[in-house]
Amino acid sequence: MAYAPHTPADRDAMLAAVGVESVDDLFADIPNAVRARSFEIPPPLTEQEVRRELTRLAARNRIPEVSFLGAGAYRHLVPAAVMEVIGRSEFATAYTPYQPEVSQGTLQSIYEFQTLVCELTGMEVASASHYDGATATAEAALMACRLTRRDTVAVSSAVNPQVRRVLETYCSGPGIRVVEVPADLGEAGSGLTPGEAAGSALDESVACLVVQQPNFFGGIEPMAELAEAAHRSGAQLVAVVEPTSLAILEAPGAYGADIVAAEGQPLGIPLSFGGPYVGLMAARMESVRQMPGRLVGATRDAAGRRGYVLTLQAREQHIRREKAASNICTNQALCALAATAYLSAVGPHGLREVAELSMVQTRHAVAALEAAGVARRRFSAPYFAEAAIQLPNAKRRHATLAEQGIVAGLPLEDAYPELRDCLLLAATELTTDDDVARLVEGLEATA
Amino acid sequence: MSVTERPAPPSGAPSDGDASGRGAAFSSPVGGEQLQVVEPLLFASSRTGRRDVRFPSLSEAARKAAESQPEVPKHARRTATARLPEVSELDLLRHFNRLSHLNHAIDLGFYPLGSCTMKYNPKVNEWAARLPGLSESHPLDPAELSQGSLELQWLLAELLREISGMAAVSLQPAAGAQGELSGLLMTRAYHRSRGEGEQRTKVLVPDSSHGTNPATASMVGYQTVTIRSNERGGIDLGALREALGPDTAALMITNPSTLGIFEDQIDQVVAAVHQVGAIAYMDGANLNAILGRFRAGDAGFDVMHFNLHKTFSTPHGGGGPGAGPVGVGERLAPFLPEPLPILVEGTDDEVRRNAWAGRNTPGARFALEEEGTRPQSIGKVRAFTGNFGMHLRAYTYIRSNGDAGLREVSDDAVLAANYLRVRLTDAYDLPYDRICKHEVVFSGRRQKRQHGVTTLDIAKAILDYRIHPPTIYFPLIVEEALMIEPTETESLETLDRFVDVMHEIADRAATDPSALKAAPTTTPVGRLDEAAAARRPDLRHDFGAAPAGSSARQEAGA
Repeated sequence: MAYAPHTPADRDAMLAAVGVESVDDLFADIPNAVRARSFEIPPPLTEQEVRRELTRLAARNRIPEVSFLGAGAYRHLVPAAVMEVIGRSEFATAYTPYQPEVSQGTLQSIYEFQTLVCELTGMEVASASHYDGATATAEAALMACRLTRRDTVAVSSAVNPQVRRVLETYCSGPGIRVVEVPADLGEAGSGLTPGEAAGSALDESVACLVVQQPNFFGGIEPMAELAEAAHRSGAQLVAVVEPTSLAILEAPGAYGADIVAAEGQPLGIPLSFGGPYVGLMAARMESVRQMPGRLVGATRDAAGRRGYVLTLQAREQHIRREKAASNICTNQALCALAATAYLSAVGPHGLREVAELSMVQTRHAVAALEAAGVARRRFSAPYFAEAAIQLPNAKRRHATLAEQGIVAGLPLEDAYPELRDCLLLAATELTTDDDVARLVEGLEATA
Repeated sequence: MSVTERPAPPSGAPSDGDASGRGAAFSSPVGGEQLQVVEPLLFASSRTGRRDVRFPSLSEAARKAAESQPEVPKHARRTATARLPEVSELDLLRHFNRLSHLNHAIDLGFYPLGSCTMKYNPKVNEWAARLPGLSESHPLDPAELSQGSLELQWLLAELLREISGMAAVSLQPAAGAQGELSGLLMTRAYHRSRGEGEQRTKVLVPDSSHGTNPATASMVGYQTVTIRSNERGGIDLGALREALGPDTAALMITNPSTLGIFEDQIDQVVAAVHQVGAIAYMDGANLNAILGRFRAGDAGFDVMHFNLHKTFSTPHGGGGPGAGPVGVGERLAPFLPEPLPILVEGTDDEVRRNAWAGRNTPGARFALEEEGTRPQSIGKVRAFTGNFGMHLRAYTYIRSNGDAGLREVSDDAVLAANYLRVRLTDAYDLPYDRICKHEVVFSGRRQKRQHGVTTLDIAKAILDYRIHPPTIYFPLIVEEALMIEPTETESLETLDRFVDVMHEIADRAATDPSALKAAPTTTPVGRLDEAAAARRPDLRHDFGAAPAGSSARQEAGA
């Protein structure tokens, strides 16, 4: 074993103490009929050999020189200080803080995370984290079903398709019906979720309306109107948000969201081919007992010292077993720490700058494509930092550019057949004017 | 601190920390108040206008071009700024570094936390996770740009297949509980595909099971039926047979069990489950005990999940991220979550052979399955393809250890647990006195009955020796349970010191029980009032007003 501390003498001493001749004796209780029939694992590698193997695989990837790809995972600066913090092995190699006296570092950082999520979302309570934004959304919808005792979830078709797929899987568990609220995706459409469409999907069986802000196409939804529509029929509004956008866009708490879910990856978490990321969830205090996942609260010890503990655990699986609010156990604590360190590193001004740069560079790219006559904006509504564009043979041109190391966003027609020849573009603060020029030239050259 | 040094008396005053600097983050009591601060919240050092990370300015050209686009409407704009901290980079690092000093962690000391497999997390895995070629790979990049990520996932799935003997593996689940959810959703889809969906409504779990098992069953709309254990700590075969029937959807069983005991009738258990047409699910949380010795697939299990953050050494991160890949036998394979990474050009054998030799396979091409390839798939349980950062660490770990290393992992883990079993039986009750696997469960009932010292008191006393306590009060079927899992990476000296500590605590329980009741006394805080925390939840910092942007704050005119 690569990390075995035992000398042959140590093993002999332990065997003698246990009173067996060989370690095989300790496996005598495995019935012969079911002993492993095969174990064809390649031989051990030394550190230099294993580094070579991982370097080989890393080199098999090609990291694009220019990328306008977002669609739920975004290329942002990960400050060196954030990597330093999450690299501390006191955080990274700690377990779930079930023993609070020796876990105050993790617990306090989660309390700070909960505070920051409440500040960003304008909500009263935030959980300690979920696997990702998609599962946070799914769990938020199930939570709304428990709170309203209803069994249907209405979701806008302008919610990220990955998120909707996960939502459908989670809802299939307890047999919750999922109905789609069609967004206005027609030619010359707004790309938004119309209040009337939401209103007509909502009846007395609907527990919540799930809407994304900005939506999958970057469009800025009429959230207050949608919240009103939901509340009129006694449903909750589940707002799926992008955290950096909250430096510019209204906080969900202010427009009446009941539960907020978000993918926290943009907050200092590397792309890492899709994970680990972190799901954010926030809600009203009155709903806290139906909230899934861990929560950290402040309290005191006998000497009056302030400290933090996991609290309201009567919602959780290790206490309530089959009556728990969710089966979630392990979450994404270290990624939540990254988000906490990130938000602290950029501060309110930095977050606003990130949002502003992402928004303006996306507009810059769309405007440059329009000005060059290469593509047109597909939807009419105002957008944040992502936009759908349309151009002839989009999929082929996207593939051609990818070979040159330029990723012209995401072709939309696989997930939305009606959006043929559309690409979803996202820029961030890392996008340069030169990147925009290369995108325009690249798409022009493939016409 | 050597074992002979007694922890400081319970004076209520914190120590200044030991030589390593741990605990040195204390400050003195705040003037006039009884409150002592360990490390202030970061918000306390926030000053308006202080900056850390700065971002470039926009060019005039970009700004001007953007003006042609529709503006964010006024009604959608944020009205109250979020009160994020405004700190310098140095203050930020000091804050988090000081917080880190308040944690116990594997890299600081022994962590014999049963059921959690707190083994050493090798640093080369962290090195691998930070390779830009992997960490900057976007999950939706065209497959042509992601061949390395896809090959890595494909190879890891191959290795997990071989380790478990299962037919196919999905890496998508983000944690063990999500692996369970995937497994039970597949179970239900399987029964439905045979027209037995309505009829099969029950999931059987032993009384020693993890809480996630019944919680998962509920999420899939199944009713949980608890099966008692026999006097030897295994599942009671008679009780199991009695409970099994045409309404059984699955049995979920942890093997080795949470008592650290191998189910030595596992062949009969699986046969009985299959006889009634139900699915046999193995919770793989305790895989660390049986690598190379037992494979769920060979024993006929239909589904199992892996905890990469247990067996395969990915760091626990203070409670995550983990990863919970799920493996299935042939009959559940059509139902696996989608998409799977697949080899679309090239042969499996050749790619494996080359990869094991550290070579690329010319012409080999990987892709993600297209949506709808397997119409019976349960769908997606998570966005994208899972916690890739954990996948690459687990791959690095498996390749580092290789076949011989993985076998030795289990051998040493089991040897260490049995060593502690025999060394501690004189001091603590051992309800199931037989060979154990990777963990051993003692009971503190003797200490409780004779001296009024509970298992909680014992756990808190252990903290004063800079050792993390075992898992306590679990499994539920053991009174005053102390569940000890030493793992294979702890030296004999560490194990011996733990034995001495546990003996010393047993002695102190007899001679000075009140001291144990007051433990811990050398940690940053003493026992915290958890009841008060639940009664009056304080779940975020109070800035003196409602959160920025909340309707309450707006109404208040903030």
